[in-house]
Amino acid sequence: MPERLIWDEAHECMSREEMKKLQSEKLVKQVRHVWDNVPYYRKLMEEKGVTPDDIKSVDDISKLPFLSKADLRDAYPYGLLAKPLSECVRIHSTSGTTGKRVVAFYTQNDVDMWEECTARAITAAGGTKEDVLQVAYGYGLFTGGMGIHGGSHKVGCLTLPMSSGSTERQIQFMQDLGSTILCCTPSYAAYIGETVAEMGIKPEELKLKAGIFGAEPWTEEMRQEIERMLGIKAYDIYGLTESSGPGVAFECCEQNGMHINEDHFLAEIIDPDTGEPLPEGTKGELVFTSLDKEAFPLLRYRTRDVCVLSREKCSCGRTLIKMAKPMGRTDDMLIIKGVNVFPSQIETVLLKMSNATPNYQIVVDRVGTTDTFEILVEVSPDMFSDTVKTFEELQKKISSDIQGMLGIRAKIKLVEPKSIPRSEGKAVRVVDKRKLV
Amino acid sequence: MTIYNGKRVIYMTVKQLSVFCENRPGRLSGITRLLADNDINIRAMSIADTKDFGILRLIVNDFEKTLQVFKDNDMAVTSTNVLCIRLADKPGGLADAMECLYKENISVEYMYAAFISETDETAYLVLRVDKLDTAVTALEEGGFKLVSDDELKKL
Repeated sequence: MPERLIWDEAHECMSREEMKKLQSEKLVKQVRHVWDNVPYYRKLMEEKGVTPDDIKSVDDISKLPFLSKADLRDAYPYGLLAKPLSECVRIHSTSGTTGKRVVAFYTQNDVDMWEECTARAITAAGGTKEDVLQVAYGYGLFTGGMGIHGGSHKVGCLTLPMSSGSTERQIQFMQDLGSTILCCTPSYAAYIGETVAEMGIKPEELKLKAGIFGAEPWTEEMRQEIERMLGIKAYDIYGLTESSGPGVAFECCEQNGMHINEDHFLAEIIDPDTGEPLPEGTKGELVFTSLDKEAFPLLRYRTRDVCVLSREKCSCGRTLIKMAKPMGRTDDMLIIKGVNVFPSQIETVLLKMSNATPNYQIVVDRVGTTDTFEILVEVSPDMFSDTVKTFEELQKKISSDIQGMLGIRAKIKLVEPKSIPRSEGKAVRVVDKRKLV
Repeated sequence: MTIYNGKRVIYMTVKQLSVFCENRPGRLSGITRLLADNDINIRAMSIADTKDFGILRLIVNDFEKTLQVFKDNDMAVTSTNVLCIRLADKPGGLADAMECLYKENISVEYMYAAFISETDETAYLVLRVDKLDTAVTALEEGGFKLVSDDELKKL
């Protein structure tokens, strides 16, 4: 068992009553802040006939309107901003087209709060100021790199801002500088593990003891595989750009569900169809309310992640509510190689190739620990030519446009018309062969 | 259909059908059986293939009917005007034709042999070129016999 260290015991081990009181105070303040500064949300509240006076405690949360990804798109880029830009110090953004892109703003306080959250996650994984923490998440607009980086500083770890890629160099640093904690996506961790083996290095030759892996779904089997390959304990971490980034929830030594930093993020589970709140322990859509964020305070944001919350006592001593690994989505978003992919983005690319949207199918699988991403495209007469070269150029064009949009490569396979299976006349758009749940 | 240099050029060409087909077992069998069931005779054919897909190029005895059959069966099909040259079936027969095109700076995109007749010592060659009208003129002036769609039906 790792040592039971807790970063912020006052908050992480708060009694239920105290936590509720704290959340209620913050919520009242936050609703007022949003009402005063975000006309977009104020209008939603007015449409629902709610004013800040109606929100007296967390029990009133369901009176507030939801925010969805569509709202973020409508309000792009400044519509949900609650602070003057002069008080913002940073932005982060998700991948995607302009239509789907989320740009989140941070004040210095927001960055500090976020880094406190990742510091909790690092500590829960056994990290202390004695550790050497290697960040192999991408740095940049993606929240992974910077988020963990900041938390690592707070904990006082010697931080290696490697970013992702250059795997052999990652491993060399691991050996030379004795990295003890690795942070990256689980698929990259698995890839590092495979490369370690290929290089003839035994796990015990590395000083790694723990890993914090997130930004994409992974299974229990994958956890065991990574733990075996790298000789570590592997911990899950959850977050989304809309709420700040990784660190909204994190695993403790129990490795069984993620503690939500509920003093900062109020979690609810709702029925995705009716929007009605569901009792604790019921499977439904996860909804977050940012209680402390100043610049980009989303109230009742629908994550589209399906999961279960549990308040069972945890052996680690934390009282923070736990969320199970997300069990799926209520929309059509896929996470491939850590990147959010919407079928509509593929449509946008294909539409440029043809007068009508060609029928297509996204096939995702996992070979070993790496996602494979293939797009079948039905050849339509108007994209038809009688030379192989034209088809090969078409394949290349689609492939490079997809990569340009998503940042990941897809294998494009041209197929005959009507060859993609249809269900009730509609082509089946997504085949996900990965067994993630 | 692209209209090149007037009707004469079109008249001197042959209509070819190109069908997109995936590389998977049974595909060629299926397509050729479809033609057989519709009483269509293949006069020339070639396949251009890659790892994943191929393009089956066909010259048939009844172009319109075949086009309809393919369309009715939801196949991606297109038509192209190609040249069909009659050549002496002897060494150098093809070289002379190629030289004739080369002199006019005409590129051959692809070509394949067709319905070689055993009786009259001639060979037929199907060609797709980049400058169709120039090619027709050059070949005719070079003394080559171009076969038209109508003539093809009688062969």
